[in-house]
Amino acid sequence: MQLSVNQQTHTFDVEPDMPLLWVLRDELGITGPKFGCGIAQCGACTVHIDGQPVRSCVLPVGSVQGEVTTIDGLGQADRLHIVQQVWIEQQVAQCGYCQPGQIMTAVALLSQNPAPTDADIDASMTNLCRCGTYPRIRAAVHQAAQKIREVQA
Amino acid sequence: MSTLGTITRRGLLLGSAAIAGGVAFGYYRYHQPLPNPLPLALSEGGLGGASVAQSYALTPYLVINQEGFTIITPRTDMGQGIQTTLAALVAEELDVDWADVQVAHGPPSATYYTDISASAAPPYDDSLFANTMRNVMGVAGRFMGLQVTGGSASARDGFIKMRLAGAAARQALIEAAAQRWGLPAQSLTTRAGSVEHAASGRRLSYQELASDAAKLEITSEPVLKPRSEWRYVGKTMPRKDMRSKCTGEAIYAIDVRLPDMLYATVVSNPQRAAMQSYDASKAKAMRGVKAIVPLAQGVAVVADNTWRAFQAAKSIAFEWQDAAYPVSTEVMFEVMRGELRTLKPDAVHRDVGDASSVLAQAQNVLKVEYQAPHLAHAALEPIAAVGHYAKGDLHIWTANQIPTQAKKLVAEAAGLDAGKVHLHVTAVGGSFGRRTELDYVLQIATIAKALPERPVKLTWSREEDMQQDFYRPSALAHMQGVMGEDGRPQVIQMDIISQSTSRSWGQRVGIPVPGPDRVLAEGAGDAPYSVPHHHLRAFATSLAVPSGFWRAVGASYNGFFHECFLDELAHAGRRDPMDMRLAMTESQFPQAHAVLKKLRATSRWDQAMPKNKARGLAMTLSFGSYVAQVVEVEQTDAGIRVSKVYCVADVGLALDPGNIEAQLQSGIIFGLTAAMMGEITFSNGRVQQSNFHDYPALRMAQSPAIEVGILEGGGGVQGIGEPGVPPAKAALANAIFALTGKRIRAYPLQKHVKFA
Repeated sequence: MQLSVNQQTHTFDVEPDMPLLWVLRDELGITGPKFGCGIAQCGACTVHIDGQPVRSCVLPVGSVQGEVTTIDGLGQADRLHIVQQVWIEQQVAQCGYCQPGQIMTAVALLSQNPAPTDADIDASMTNLCRCGTYPRIRAAVHQAAQKIREVQA
Repeated sequence: MSTLGTITRRGLLLGSAAIAGGVAFGYYRYHQPLPNPLPLALSEGGLGGASVAQSYALTPYLVINQEGFTIITPRTDMGQGIQTTLAALVAEELDVDWADVQVAHGPPSATYYTDISASAAPPYDDSLFANTMRNVMGVAGRFMGLQVTGGSASARDGFIKMRLAGAAARQALIEAAAQRWGLPAQSLTTRAGSVEHAASGRRLSYQELASDAAKLEITSEPVLKPRSEWRYVGKTMPRKDMRSKCTGEAIYAIDVRLPDMLYATVVSNPQRAAMQSYDASKAKAMRGVKAIVPLAQGVAVVADNTWRAFQAAKSIAFEWQDAAYPVSTEVMFEVMRGELRTLKPDAVHRDVGDASSVLAQAQNVLKVEYQAPHLAHAALEPIAAVGHYAKGDLHIWTANQIPTQAKKLVAEAAGLDAGKVHLHVTAVGGSFGRRTELDYVLQIATIAKALPERPVKLTWSREEDMQQDFYRPSALAHMQGVMGEDGRPQVIQMDIISQSTSRSWGQRVGIPVPGPDRVLAEGAGDAPYSVPHHHLRAFATSLAVPSGFWRAVGASYNGFFHECFLDELAHAGRRDPMDMRLAMTESQFPQAHAVLKKLRATSRWDQAMPKNKARGLAMTLSFGSYVAQVVEVEQTDAGIRVSKVYCVADVGLALDPGNIEAQLQSGIIFGLTAAMMGEITFSNGRVQQSNFHDYPALRMAQSPAIEVGILEGGGGVQGIGEPGVPPAKAALANAIFALTGKRIRAYPLQKHVKFA
């Protein structure tokens, strides 16, 4: 099987019903997406397929069509994605385990909705955070939205 | 190799000297010096970010090399930010730029023991009551000589120790420069990683001086900076782990990768007893399965991919031995109810006045029962560990809060010398107390030893993580109280029964826990209120459900019991709950009083609420910090919404205000989650919940806005990782009473009201 992840083509041999998450983590060594629940409840495994957020722990790799982007490929070392920059500025993460999923979800939200309201954030940012970083995530999404609008203006 | 040899010799020289100096500062318990573990760790391949070449271990807390300064912060950072706070303490005294600082957990070592006895012994304030209790309880030294992260004690433990480590190293560097230049040390100053001589304009970097400094002995006690000169301590510092946690580069135990690695999972007896037999014939035939390794209470399935291991594990048939505890939650509560009448108390935690006589004569006695369920930790990173048994050495990468004890027990279980066991503490995807346990560390040791020379990563399924937890124990309290004519409770009598987490844990991890268990009464026995007749007893049930430390432990249920009961008394006496608490704290508990007064103002307590809104109040003293909260709730068409939380905390001395705010917010959301929806139940001896669909947690849409105020009432640095949790539960229940008139005495609250 073949898959393009973070703009690199990978070839591997697995069962088509193996979830994408385990192909990424154990076959390709891409460990940014995390395993949290295995039933699409927590969102720690969130990656993008052609820009759309998906919970990779329940997505059979055989059904994946399109470019996969993980947190590992979201920004470059010297030029992080604006959402990552704001996350760092706002000191959002605590244990940090959910944050790759939170960031990927936020990036997808902002690409579709450049000025999300609190209600929009509530509806889209459904990822679990056991450390309770929600107040800072909310503030960071608003700030990132503003920065992205400034860059695009 | 010669460089390594040099490092080792020099490192040991100054390492020993710095530690010996520590004896004089009174922070060192034994008479013989403890070794500096860093040279050995460096020789074995470095410390996280610190490269080995030209590295000098100045004190056990500092490695200097050309890349900068690696500060050893030997506490497990489970998200609470402690490694940043501890590094700031060293950097402050060392006088280096924050950008040049890296942090590393370092190797497990008795050198990094936690002096928890001074900080986590019974009650934390300095009242006569507290001091008397300390003497009576005699639990000091419970964790003697152990490297442990827990009890919200790390900042308290490190406040002097870490600054001394920085100051001792700075002093040695100044001395090295003084000798090089032939100048008196007093004429030299330091700035941003250099020693300077202002008069001549001479300057040497710490890197240039490190090898000389490593040969020196520090003979005089370093002098710590006064607070007025602090640059980092008391300020919000950018966390050292923030960037890697936002790029996916942080390496948690579950992310450790070694060449040629295999992937394992385990299935253990859901009744927490022995495994009688198993049939893995189907599993063995499945794709990628490499081995089945029997364990004491189950098996490990080793495959070439975690998902394949998960799939194979599901195909194994087991015969399990029955549980050693009652089959259901209902029976467990019945047992505790009965034992409250028959057992002798584990300890009397408060005995003021003559509560029983006054109660016997009083009318209008409020007599109620409260109960709290079992709770899981449910950290987002499931239990994970990597093991590699190669050429007689066993390496383990995992997250653990008692690394020295982990090493010891692994060595015993694996039949290896302690020197052959190497434990590498990784980044941690949450813990909340779960990683004070050693079950999974022993599992990976067994698995790795069964597959010599092959690295193996163990990952638990979420279901295994939920059902093989050591739960926050359930608890029951019988409360009696009478309001006085002065609008204050005249009598409070409280009998609490729960499992002793300290003893339950101590048995598992091989640490004897003598004497009464103060955890049973935390958050109530030390409640900062004056009550004329105040009697509080704790009972340790005989139940043997696997139970352990959970964020705020005893205070997490006692805070709920005690503060809801106070609310009941206030309403019974038609008294404003804030006024009543202010009156109860005025004479003996000035810090509690100040916290309440500030909260009254910040929460606009005296402003009337619209009819569809209400607020509740609670305050708990736990881990040394006084924390009071007002929770606001709102009736909406979809149900009750928790709209806002106001929090005021007296943390003694605020080391990092931004992190303290984050920890209080975190504790509040953790507490609200438990209060609203947290419950582990048993049926047929098995835990019924298995994943986040039936053991949910608060998400963004349900999270309130939170406003935090911080007070510094003195008395030193206090805990902050846990104290946010207990008041949130009670304040929410009290708010729901104010909104609905429904007094809920058992959580989760969602069994009684509907939340939006």
